[in-house]
Amino acid sequence: MKLIIAIIKPFKLEEVKEALAAAGIEGMTVTEVKGFGRQKGHTEIYRGSEYTVDFLPKVKLEVAVSDEVAAKAIDAIGKSARTGKIGDGKIFVLPLEEVVRIRTDERGEKAV
Amino acid sequence: MEQRIADLEAYVNNGARTPDVASKIPGPGPGHNAWQMVSTALVIFMTLPGLALFYGGLVRRKNVLSVLAQCMGIAGLVTILWWAVGYSLSFSGGNAIIGDTAAKFLTGVEGGKTGAGYHWISDLMWSMFQLSFAIITPALIVGAIAERMKFLAVLVFVALWMFLVYFPFAHMVWATNGLMCGPLNKDAAIKAIDFAGGTVVHMTSGWSALVLCLILGKRVGFGKESMPPHSMVLCMVGTGMLWVGWYGFNAGSALGADGIAANAFATTTLAAATAGFTWAVCEWVLRGKPSVLGFCSGIVAGLVVITPGAGFVLPTSAVIIGIFAGVIPFLACAYLKKAFGYDDSLDTFGVHGVGGTLGAILTGVFADPAANSVLGPDGMKLMDGLLANQLKAVALTIVWSVVATTIIAYIVKAVIGLRPTEEAERQGLDISEHGEEGYVS
Repeated sequence: MKLIIAIIKPFKLEEVKEALAAAGIEGMTVTEVKGFGRQKGHTEIYRGSEYTVDFLPKVKLEVAVSDEVAAKAIDAIGKSARTGKIGDGKIFVLPLEEVVRIRTDERGEKAV
Repeated sequence: MEQRIADLEAYVNNGARTPDVASKIPGPGPGHNAWQMVSTALVIFMTLPGLALFYGGLVRRKNVLSVLAQCMGIAGLVTILWWAVGYSLSFSGGNAIIGDTAAKFLTGVEGGKTGAGYHWISDLMWSMFQLSFAIITPALIVGAIAERMKFLAVLVFVALWMFLVYFPFAHMVWATNGLMCGPLNKDAAIKAIDFAGGTVVHMTSGWSALVLCLILGKRVGFGKESMPPHSMVLCMVGTGMLWVGWYGFNAGSALGADGIAANAFATTTLAAATAGFTWAVCEWVLRGKPSVLGFCSGIVAGLVVITPGAGFVLPTSAVIIGIFAGVIPFLACAYLKKAFGYDDSLDTFGVHGVGGTLGAILTGVFADPAANSVLGPDGMKLMDGLLANQLKAVALTIVWSVVATTIIAYIVKAVIGLRPTEEAERQGLDISEHGEEGYVS
């Protein structure tokens, strides 16, 4: 099993969600986050004061999948979140030791 | 019969009553008095919540309540002082500098009497109208010291400042025996004009704000950490309320619903709109983008600069004054502050100190007897040497405000201290001073 963490542009969330649904992924967790990579921030000016805003708003998406679906899911996120411009984000893939469905106490792939 | 018709005509024209004859309408004229009541409510609305939101939006979220609390605290404190002795010291008898205490606790200031303020408005409404000015003036200073002054120190400072600066200035500029009251005092040493408070309100608060923020020192992290406004939306909402409330401030200062009030209404509108537009265009040209804060700052600057001249200049002059108001305070906020490095948190000095001074001077340039006959040969003949008199009033206001504020600030600093601990300031004044948060979730 894999845990896929993707940091994407906020306005791409709908497309990514639909692409994952089309790939058969049934659940995900979304968090509004702030961060920066190579894109860096922007400058804001308030009367005489200039501020560099490093942290830009992004969306963090977490999806737990079985090994066989992982490649398809990564592909779906990558394609749907891409604009080709700097700041598109990143996808991190981590091995996942255990999954528990709390309602039924099912474990492993059945619980994903 | 003739005398009774003369009374009615005087009322309709907002003119003086027939002297030495018993009138059958001894009380306030309903139309003029109604406008005075509306105007008073509008000026209260400028402070609560107009100014409170304008400033509240500009601070960081951890300090938003401290600004609201300071505005409300000042409204309460000043009202009590005004009732006790402030009104009396400002407008009851006395000498050219300060009034006496005969009208303490508003003794003899009655709803059914007229004449204390003007011919047809209730004496009690006059005291309430002037109270609304006395509230907003010290509240303006809050902008310069925002995010870093103890609440108790703010209140003690304001209490002393009212006695040493505000009451004397309200008296000198607007009382019939005041030192600088050109339109009402033919013996005034300085025959200056100030329609709605360029010197009394904006210069005293603006210059005092500069001195206080210098004595107070910069905010912790100033220049190193970013301190952007936490809500430009609140700031814009407050700006709109200030603009609307300012009709009470300026058009209400005609003390009647007459032609001068209409002129002040028009000049206020034209100056505010022009200055807001001009400030944003200046930003667009010099800094790349027209910002909402630029529009808001320009609108307030326009309102400030037109204040002393609102009832003395013609509408076209107000447009020219609006352009000055959009350019000069903009340069003060954008470049002067940076060059000198003082931490005037929300630009009270840049907008009110610079704007008030500019307004007092431009009033001397653009005042026109066609706008207000008191200036001309049928009135107090104030046009001769007017600009020089305005400059004298400006100089006196600056020197008085700077000296008095310096003395008060050092006294408060020595006795109770001005600033919270660094830890309290970092945590935010909302929690450390008031025990609550502006935004819980």
